[in-house]
Amino acid sequence: MSTAPSPRPGDPVITPALVAEHGLTEDEYERLVALLGRTPTFTELGIVSALWNEHCSYKHSRTHLRTLPTKAPYVLQGPGENAGVISIGDGWAIAFKIESHNHPSAVEPYQGAATGVGGILRDVFTMGARPIALLDSLRFGSLDSPRVRHLFGGVVKGIGDYGNCVGIPTVGGEIVFDPAYEGNPLVNAMCVGLLRETDLIRAAAEGVGNAIMAVGARTGRDGIHGASFASEDLSSASEAKRPMVQVGDPFTEKLLLEASLELIASGHIVAIQDMGAAGLTSSSAEMAARGDVGVSIDTSRVPVREEGMSPYEILLSESQERMLVVAKKGHEAQVRAILEKWDLSAAVIGEVIEQPVYRVTEGDRVVAEFPGSRLVSECPIYNPPAKEDPAVAERRAYDVHAIAERPEEKNPVWTLERMLSSPTIASKRWAYRQYDSTVRTSTVLRPGEGDAAVIRLRHTDRAIALKTDCNGRYVSLDPRVGAQIAVAEAARNVACTGARPMAITNCLNFGNPRRPEVYFQFTEAVRGMGEACVALGTPVTGGNVSFYNENPTGAVHPTPVVGMVGLIDSLSHITRSGFTSEGDDIVLLGEPTDELGGSEYLARVHDVAAGTPPRCDLAREKATIDALLEAIRAGGVRSAHDCSDGGLAVALAECCMADRDGTFGAEIELTKWGALPLRALLFGEAQARIVVSTADSPTVLAIARQHGVPARVLGQVRAREAGLTIRVGDRVIRAPLDRLARAYHDAIPDIMNAAIAEVAVLEQHPQPSGA
Amino acid sequence: MKFGIVTFPGSNCDYDSYHAVADSLGLPAVYLWHKSTDLQGVDVVILPGGFSYGDYLRAGAIARFSPIMQEVATHARAGGPVLGICNGFQIACEAGLLPGALLRNANLQFVSDTVRIRVENADTMFTSRCEVGDVLRIPVAHGDGRFTADDNTLDRLEGEGRVVFRYVNEHGVPDAVANPNGSMRDIAGIISSEGNVLGLMPHPERAMEDLIGSADGRRIFESLLARVSA
Repeated sequence: MSTAPSPRPGDPVITPALVAEHGLTEDEYERLVALLGRTPTFTELGIVSALWNEHCSYKHSRTHLRTLPTKAPYVLQGPGENAGVISIGDGWAIAFKIESHNHPSAVEPYQGAATGVGGILRDVFTMGARPIALLDSLRFGSLDSPRVRHLFGGVVKGIGDYGNCVGIPTVGGEIVFDPAYEGNPLVNAMCVGLLRETDLIRAAAEGVGNAIMAVGARTGRDGIHGASFASEDLSSASEAKRPMVQVGDPFTEKLLLEASLELIASGHIVAIQDMGAAGLTSSSAEMAARGDVGVSIDTSRVPVREEGMSPYEILLSESQERMLVVAKKGHEAQVRAILEKWDLSAAVIGEVIEQPVYRVTEGDRVVAEFPGSRLVSECPIYNPPAKEDPAVAERRAYDVHAIAERPEEKNPVWTLERMLSSPTIASKRWAYRQYDSTVRTSTVLRPGEGDAAVIRLRHTDRAIALKTDCNGRYVSLDPRVGAQIAVAEAARNVACTGARPMAITNCLNFGNPRRPEVYFQFTEAVRGMGEACVALGTPVTGGNVSFYNENPTGAVHPTPVVGMVGLIDSLSHITRSGFTSEGDDIVLLGEPTDELGGSEYLARVHDVAAGTPPRCDLAREKATIDALLEAIRAGGVRSAHDCSDGGLAVALAECCMADRDGTFGAEIELTKWGALPLRALLFGEAQARIVVSTADSPTVLAIARQHGVPARVLGQVRAREAGLTIRVGDRVIRAPLDRLARAYHDAIPDIMNAAIAEVAVLEQHPQPSGA
Repeated sequence: MKFGIVTFPGSNCDYDSYHAVADSLGLPAVYLWHKSTDLQGVDVVILPGGFSYGDYLRAGAIARFSPIMQEVATHARAGGPVLGICNGFQIACEAGLLPGALLRNANLQFVSDTVRIRVENADTMFTSRCEVGDVLRIPVAHGDGRFTADDNTLDRLEGEGRVVFRYVNEHGVPDAVANPNGSMRDIAGIISSEGNVLGLMPHPERAMEDLIGSADGRRIFESLLARVSA
């Protein structure tokens, strides 16, 4: 049977203007007409606009993403599913994925961030994994702006309220403040789940006659065209699109999580998928395409929140906390019973059919029908021109060493305090104190305790280490090197906790790909990321691309965020970042250089984002990580901290006082490198460096030597009262710990609490209303 | 001794309480489903943390009406031990098992941290393995933890030794910074007049092993074991 769909009474007529409103180019519309052999109905136009938008189709990124390494013997599921999955031994596996929710968060930070967390949780538990940790990679403009403070506060609260309620610990990530993100914050949420390998389930529809069921929350009119919204530049008109932002309900999510895991374990279903971006349309079309089968869906059977919803609206709604499930034929009642146990509903809304079509009906009326899986496979793919912006090359060539020091810099302690109070470097406790990081009682290293979060795996001697990283300023100056560093830094961070870097998920945040300079950044960054992943043995198991991160003043820094998973073989290897014991030797793995380009020092002290970012020697990175892990396994390492943003002086200060419960001083001797410019020595961001404290420096140095990694004892851990003392030749820099700690710990609370006080004053003393 | 952990829709520390009992203490533990009316012969009931019913209306306000809570109330009236942790404390207050209420934190933010609480009364079935003045390091994670009651109730609680835990600083002294939620008189936990229902905002079940930061929560469970087994 094949009936050509007929327009519904009241459907708008298809006009070029309507097509344009749906974000389809003329070429794309012609492609659609050719695919159908006729004019599409309004419903079909909506479906295609949802599936062929950037967010769902990856039309500008697919070609390049294919170049990324995705394989390793332990990769059980690479890109293309709801989440990637790696085996960690003894039948256990880890599912993980990162995804952006930038555009919704820009206009409605609380709900935008909350639903971002909700979506990524569903991506992980639909693989059959129980979520065990959340991380968030956030970018905002300068905190000097009231608008940015509003966004930052709202995003943090949205993340906290959602994850806290569902009961999944938010354990880490990163927060960066840079004027480049003004107006277009980046909100990337990562979820990590644990499963038995045998419980792995995929989202491929199969089995002719099997029932397609909608489960969870009812479908409403919220979020229609959310995915299309995420596929265009942000502008002042974006505010008007706030109704496209969905509203999250973490309580329903918690019930859905439990019900879904019970459903998967029950054996009554063959596939499950989140109705996320582009809702029912995307989930059903993708499941059909993956299973290479036909599906038929009757929108009149979808449980809805309000009356009179059209098939178009039902198909494109992005109402949250909904799942699409393929139930085994005859098992529908059992599926319903499990959902009802959790006070949720399940309804059969269609079935898997033999005929290779994607069909939507409203009762008996066919409102949309596409041949085969071509709806997904025939999506246009673009590889537009890529060309570096000459202005970037100019900025990179800028001689940063010629920048004159500020008079205050005569006192390096002033500079160090200024660096530590930079919101990008300063303690993020103000944010993570709002995140439940200890629920599930498996968090060994919480935010602020290690270079990565560490979660133990109950009933084993193992743990996993998790971190997100990306320095967008480096990427803006040199996309290839910047992306390499993002991978290397994430690997270094998990290694500092004692973990072997295993695999990554990525979230590629860029501007408008139709601009050649943006597309250049994208292609180069993907190249650099691939090179680093090959060199470090960390395949990409999936992720997300977010284009159109622009505001009226231009694109954000290109920000290819890396979400790294590392594996710790023994709980005894877990290593913190702060010093732990007076008298320990402090060893630097790696060496300082004269590099200053793209540094936080230039940004914070001189308001300059220029120069060549630090060199990234991937072989050296690998050797450094290997040496560190061998030293940790040998039992010689008491603490390990990556030396990155802010350079060596900042890293040493952090080792002394970042952990409020254990503050130490240190005595450091850097005379060997006295020939380097002092500011490069203290604040330069040369890569492949790790600050280690140890009671057995001979062993650490010997292991480093075997790996060909330069290593040197810099000094010793002292009591807090001794402060941080750095000697370079005749120069002695003495920094009292209290001053450093105040700069580091109070910077963000001072800014945010002052802002809250302003609001409170306004609320308590409202302006008298006019007559 | 057998522990029963109630699972309400939205409970999310039921799993942690279960592991605290079953793995850390090696004792029998069962989950008690909110729609059930069978306590399965447990000796101790734990009302765990989480967001029962999404905290809609008011934290703990809906959970008190669930079928299992009628049985829990009967168990409590008969002198059976009930440990209400975080959301469980809120539920116990809403159900009238404990006086007072837990309001939104004073700074209006969710607070997740490890706090210090001082034992104010060691003569309870939950603190017999402690001394008065002992300071325990225990995680908190809540948005509505500001214990509030009228002055008469507070005076009575203090007078009857029913304030069991108070938030203190690293010197063992209460202060505004150490109090994570603005709770009246720095109260972190109180006990019923019969001494068998303890409600506290900190999570002792998250402090059962040094590996995850503290094992001080064991003292509360071990006290319970000593008293109930005796």
